[in-house]
Amino acid sequence: MAFREYKIGVRMFAFALGSSMIITLYFPSVDMASVQATEYALKRQLAYGRIGGFSYEDPLLKGWGKPVTVTLDKDPVTGKPIEPTEAYVYPPGTPFPSGITHPRILGEGVEDLSVSVGRISEANKENGAVFIIREGEFQGQTVAYIENATATRGWQAQTTLAAVSDDARQYVGSGKIMFVREGCWWCHTLLPEQTQDWQYFGAPPMLGDFNGESPTAFGSDRKAPDLLHVASRNSSREWMKLHFFNPRLVQPHSIMPRYDYLWGEVDAEGNKIDYDRWRAEYDEYVEGKRVYPPEVPEPHPDSEARKLIDFMMFLK
Amino acid sequence: MLKYLFMRNEDIPPGTAAVFFGFSSIVWFVLGTGLGSFNAAKLAFPDFVTGIEMLSFGHMRQVHVLAVILGWISMAFAMTMMYITPALGNTKLWSEKLGVWNCALWNIGLALGLFLLWIGISSGREYSDLIWPVDLVVIFGVLFPLGLNVWMTIKNRRTQGIYTTNWFFGAAVFMVIVVFLVGNTPEFFNLTGLTEAYLTWWFAHNVLGLWITPVAAAISYYVVPKVTGNPLYSHRIGHLHFWSVVVFYSTPAAHHLMAAPLPEWLKSFASVEGVLILVPAIAFVSNLLLTMTGKWRMFVENIEIKYTITGVLLAIPLNVQGGFQQTRAINWYVHGTGWIVAHAHLALLGFSTFLEAAAVYYGLQVLLKRKIYSLALANFHYWMLLIGFSIYWISMTIAGLIQGAGKIYEVPYIDVVIAEHPYMIARWVGGTLVFIGNIVWLYNMYKTAVAGTPIPAGRLPHELAYER
Repeated sequence: MAFREYKIGVRMFAFALGSSMIITLYFPSVDMASVQATEYALKRQLAYGRIGGFSYEDPLLKGWGKPVTVTLDKDPVTGKPIEPTEAYVYPPGTPFPSGITHPRILGEGVEDLSVSVGRISEANKENGAVFIIREGEFQGQTVAYIENATATRGWQAQTTLAAVSDDARQYVGSGKIMFVREGCWWCHTLLPEQTQDWQYFGAPPMLGDFNGESPTAFGSDRKAPDLLHVASRNSSREWMKLHFFNPRLVQPHSIMPRYDYLWGEVDAEGNKIDYDRWRAEYDEYVEGKRVYPPEVPEPHPDSEARKLIDFMMFLK
Repeated sequence: MLKYLFMRNEDIPPGTAAVFFGFSSIVWFVLGTGLGSFNAAKLAFPDFVTGIEMLSFGHMRQVHVLAVILGWISMAFAMTMMYITPALGNTKLWSEKLGVWNCALWNIGLALGLFLLWIGISSGREYSDLIWPVDLVVIFGVLFPLGLNVWMTIKNRRTQGIYTTNWFFGAAVFMVIVVFLVGNTPEFFNLTGLTEAYLTWWFAHNVLGLWITPVAAAISYYVVPKVTGNPLYSHRIGHLHFWSVVVFYSTPAAHHLMAAPLPEWLKSFASVEGVLILVPAIAFVSNLLLTMTGKWRMFVENIEIKYTITGVLLAIPLNVQGGFQQTRAINWYVHGTGWIVAHAHLALLGFSTFLEAAAVYYGLQVLLKRKIYSLALANFHYWMLLIGFSIYWISMTIAGLIQGAGKIYEVPYIDVVIAEHPYMIARWVGGTLVFIGNIVWLYNMYKTAVAGTPIPAGRLPHELAYER
């Protein structure tokens, strides 16, 4: 028996779905790929490293294989004082973000200056590298570009890290991993909206602010304040510490979960943290049996809590 | 189940795969709504269970979402495809053995993927949270074998034409594979920036638009004519529904990012296409409601029709919200608020769940050849779902409007949190009712399998007098 073969229908279906995908995938990607990266986009990708979620270098989302952001006030090689400069240190073996490996995504001008003046194509993953952000002229326009300070100034990753104290190091890239893994973005958006939010949460991001960043983790359901510019509103590490350990210490009406487990086993002095005792004392405080809540332990420099606070401080 | 995995295909009784998929979907529904209730409790009472990484909200929220989408909804779809596709082609399922393996791998793969997500191993992209190795398992180990079975069954049909339901099944399972392949390219190839953000929402939008919505509708195109005995009101309107889903539902992905700095032309285009979603919606609802002509008493008396028509009626507010809330005029007010959470639950827990529940109830009775064990418990389940969902939807809609007002007047955020607190408690109560209803459902279906009244050959379940 000759069945109907639906030849016309199958072709119509291919045409309809194909056209839909050309309009919603091909056209937008051509458009977005031509966007010029802003200084903000360069800062973010250099501070975050290659991927902010599951990756080869960090399959368990522990914050492995991420760069360290340091603030330099003297040249790490010569020791001469310089303008305070934020440098992004990639220790040997740390994978580079997309802007370094595929400079094309930086957009016109930024790509040209980063490659010709900034010499980013000379950066080598096995040897590590130090990047800084500089401003230059491209066809009469001022643009920010990436400079590979290892090639241009001889700043080696290990020397640069050794030149600063622990206070000047910020584990922003690892901190973003904590932000993604702990699901902070289920409630805190990273996207002030264009129609309002200017006064309370700061300026909304622009078209070129994201080149090289993945995942962008905008968040979709705002159950809590937007965090894109949180450090501009509140730059107190002490407040962040209390708030992460138990949000209700600083904001009694908060519905945020406690993130005390990010402190790990020991505090900054190496003493074991007694969580049971802390919680029991806190309960007494809530019931009015104590005047003050128990002291919040100082996070250990290697703890996940410290890295997450570093990430918060980066969101300006 | 294990014995069927290694049997010869001809020896496996027809319907085995569908029965396994049916029970798996109910179990995942119980788990998924249990997680939902637990998460809601944490939003209402933040110190409810505290200080344990594995039980914190941020680790469990995405497990709830994907357990209901890939466990409950998609497995219920697979169940209906395994018995409706052959029934409409007047043939047998192409490979019962492939179906049984599909079900086993689906359960194992999903459990593994969700476990990884639970311990925090995530891609950090909403709805496509599963890491890319798991995505590959979903595409090639779960969706492709399902598609193969559906396409080959349709190809081997013994009828002249293809009925509406089967166009949707065949096309939707193809489209969802494309959506998974394309939507996860940011992970496969490390695409970054706005491209990543846009593809995340292209994926999320199209999983709903090209998989969940059309397949749920397709199921009711089968259930209503089959159970009422009325022919489908109009095959032509079915055509309109199908083609407008392909054209209008696949294009508005950018309307999820109206507040983000995407190219403006893309947002405007998506917004216009988004309103056109009303075309398939009106076609679907009118077609089904007109099919009911003369049989409206079954809306009260028959459990499958009660579920299906409730789902169809819920499609009206769903699409009116969905069509207009994404326009610039309204989106700026409700974006990112509880309103959207309410809308998402209207789509998945309201509209779609009611349609699938009907097909799972009906299919399991037909395949097991046993009438439902207790109609009273089935009605209890219906009312628990409907009341629980309504409490959830109304409370989250109100919470969303409060949040929207707080957002545009830029009041201190903590005042919004305080104002929302009663509605967070109400949402938890609603979600818990749904969870309890589902436990009753699982019990009822289990008893149906072991103690339901046998249905004689050639009769439909609801034609039998009720004995208990």
